[in-house]
Amino acid sequence: MALHRKALRDGLAWHSTAVVIAAVVAIPVGILTFSVLNPSVDVWRQQWNTRLPRQLIETSILLCGVGVGSLLVGGGLAWLVSAYQFPGSRVFRWLLIAPLAVPSYVLGFVTLSVFGFTGPIQGWWREIFGQDAWFPPIRSLGGAIIVFTLVLYPYVFLVARAALADQAGSSYQVARSLGASSFEAARRVMFPQLRPALAAGVAIVAMETLTDFGTVQYFGIDTVSVGVFRIWRGTFDLDAASEFATLVLLFALVVIGLERLGRGRARFGQAGGAASGLVQRRLTGIRSVLAFLLCGLVLTLSFAAPTVQLLTWAIREATGPRGTPLLERFAEFLGNTLLLATIVAIVCGIGAILVANAARFSGRSRTRLAARIASVGYAVPGPVVAIGSVFVLVGLDDGLGLIGIGLPGAVATGSLIGLVYAQTVRYLAPALQTVEAGIEQVPHEMTGAARSLGLRPRSVVASVHLPLARTSVLTGLVLVTVDVLKELPIVLLLRPIGFDTLSVWTFNLASESRFEQAALPAVAIIVVAMIPVGLLARQLFRGAS
Amino acid sequence: MTGMHLKTRRFLVALSAVSILSLPTACGGDGDTIRVYTGRHYDLEEAFEKFSSETGVSIEFLQGSDAELRERIAAEGEDTQADIYMTVDAGNLARAAEQGVFINIESDLLDEAVPESLRDPDGQWYALSRRARTIVYSSERMSSAEAPTTYEELAGPEWKGRLCLRNSSNTYTQSLVASLIGNVGYDEALRIVSGWADNAEILSNDVIALKSIRDGLCDVAIVNHYYLVRLMDDDPDFPVSLVWADQEGRGTHVNISGAGITKYADDPELALQLLEWLATDGQNSFVDGNHEYPVNPAVAPEDLIADEFGSTFVADDLNAAEFGALNADAVRLLDEAGYE
Repeated sequence: MALHRKALRDGLAWHSTAVVIAAVVAIPVGILTFSVLNPSVDVWRQQWNTRLPRQLIETSILLCGVGVGSLLVGGGLAWLVSAYQFPGSRVFRWLLIAPLAVPSYVLGFVTLSVFGFTGPIQGWWREIFGQDAWFPPIRSLGGAIIVFTLVLYPYVFLVARAALADQAGSSYQVARSLGASSFEAARRVMFPQLRPALAAGVAIVAMETLTDFGTVQYFGIDTVSVGVFRIWRGTFDLDAASEFATLVLLFALVVIGLERLGRGRARFGQAGGAASGLVQRRLTGIRSVLAFLLCGLVLTLSFAAPTVQLLTWAIREATGPRGTPLLERFAEFLGNTLLLATIVAIVCGIGAILVANAARFSGRSRTRLAARIASVGYAVPGPVVAIGSVFVLVGLDDGLGLIGIGLPGAVATGSLIGLVYAQTVRYLAPALQTVEAGIEQVPHEMTGAARSLGLRPRSVVASVHLPLARTSVLTGLVLVTVDVLKELPIVLLLRPIGFDTLSVWTFNLASESRFEQAALPAVAIIVVAMIPVGLLARQLFRGAS
Repeated sequence: MTGMHLKTRRFLVALSAVSILSLPTACGGDGDTIRVYTGRHYDLEEAFEKFSSETGVSIEFLQGSDAELRERIAAEGEDTQADIYMTVDAGNLARAAEQGVFINIESDLLDEAVPESLRDPDGQWYALSRRARTIVYSSERMSSAEAPTTYEELAGPEWKGRLCLRNSSNTYTQSLVASLIGNVGYDEALRIVSGWADNAEILSNDVIALKSIRDGLCDVAIVNHYYLVRLMDDDPDFPVSLVWADQEGRGTHVNISGAGITKYADDPELALQLLEWLATDGQNSFVDGNHEYPVNPAVAPEDLIADEFGSTFVADDLNAAEFGALNADAVRLLDEAGYE
């Protein structure tokens, strides 16, 4: 009886923790969306009569295109490198996640510079085929879909690889040994087990695409996120812009709904360890060449070629007559970037571990709701989170003043704390999603057994859940780190004076269309982001080869 | 957003926020430091360092996007660290003035250095550099006699498929259209901009527009003058020439980079000293790096632009405060015109 009461009390404590975290994280977005209660009818009508219909259509096409594209590329390549051996397959197995390190806006401007009308490729094309020779339009919806697919497919690849190396792959193998054809085994046994992973990966891809507002503008795409900025920056109507930000949220809800559908009904709670993944078949002849070429092509377009192009520009500019502005502060920018990414990753990691475990211990369905609410920052564009956070932080400063803690200056908005807070609001979701997936893999029976042996939840987390979900936690930390390294709008708005990062440096140059001078900081971001990405590759695929 | 709304929002947040977070304190010791929030990025360091070495006053600055920095200052209110808010367009300055971010500056020196059309009538902000948004054309495929001379002309059917313009999310596009509204009225401006939209290939920046003329995608474009200087600096034979628009009429549209002193500046006198210096002795170190024109008529532009484009041209004297305030209308007009 006493034990039962204690369990209840513990459950309540965990539940409250999750609710508090969710509230803290959701406030900045919640505050802005409040304005929807008092809508700016004129602006809605004006937008509906002009740009909104097109924005809705282009957003939908873009999301579908990138979703399907990354599913095919990410899922297909994951299958290829998991099920077959061919020249380079062992290297591709981890190297194919490298594009995670490339910010989409960087691949966007490199693509336009190289393949656009004024770039060298089309220049040669015109020389050979004449001035009016047809060339596929790069600055188009199709171009944007390809660029987003190339930088975002690794999210799908990552989760599909992990699932294939684990249960889904093993089940396929068992089905095959029981006499199922490869198609049947894939369709009836493997695919249902793969679906949750694929759905989760595609959902992340869709969120990253939906909340982008820089890359899409390079490609002349009018999305609902672009609409928010036009209203805010162009007409200075923050209220109306906030209202339109709820449209972005609405799209995000649809994505989440589709993800739930896409997962299928399957629930798999098996402890890892026993699964041995797929038995790989060796490809020979033309097939092995094709497999190699396919992987090589994707990697070249998404990672190798843009990096080489950036390096070329970077070296040329840094050694040229103009030089690269602020090069002497490189170490400082690098240090700030690493510091920020590390702190945010740790904060998000802790938050995610608390919330994900709360769902297990509280025994309340509302805890799961809290977890979903804690993810809201990922579903709105960065600047919206940044502005919402400014209001919260200013409120915090005012509030502290009200209760008599007079602080000099704008402590909350003028310090690293505000910046870390806003970044956490934005990126708790990817950490939470991966950590949750890891904890869900731990059978409830195991948690129950540990509890009945008298362990407090805290100890269960430390000695049972975390060790078993280690890879998921690491994946979450890496995803957050990489996102923060690449992140721009929040750091731009909320950093303290003097705290500049690599992405701020890139922005300062790129915003003046000095793209070639921006190549150095851009390539620095990619190199730095390769560290966590490499770490992840090692951890995930250590045993696989 | 209304002031009332903002206050309510801030109060609500204050209440909830106190109970949730607690913070370590941090102190910002002052001394002689000016803090600038700036949407301007061009070689600021050089001008600021020069000022520091001449006066011993140090300058800290935070670079970002105009609109976001303005919202940050407005939200921070009296807690803001910003002594000066500096932008690269008139729209955000006008909006900041409307939000009550600035003090009214009283400075004979500034009033003399900055022409009337380039400052707020109440002295809330002053322009510090001028960037002309004008017409450029292919010097390979066209003679100067064939080049268009007015913005209106580009709406005509003869330019269909020959015009490159920057997208409507861009503040320079918005300012130009705002100045059209101010000069010829909304309806006529709508007719012109619709004509542009019919004729033009819309691109994402001015550099691409200029290179597109070089490569034959279009024959004419509207760009800020310094982008052309930059490309000519790289390639003296860059095959694009500049026309000062509307020299027979109201003159070329000039957008500004400017600044004002915030209401909560720690030391407004010191901040004023910097603005005065930037508008006079500091003009060249402030504008030359980016090949802009000085605002101060007594200051000569750098040799590079003076040689290429001349040191003077007829500029549209519609007050920057006026077209700044028309920015929101310009965005709606661009929507209505179907301009991408």
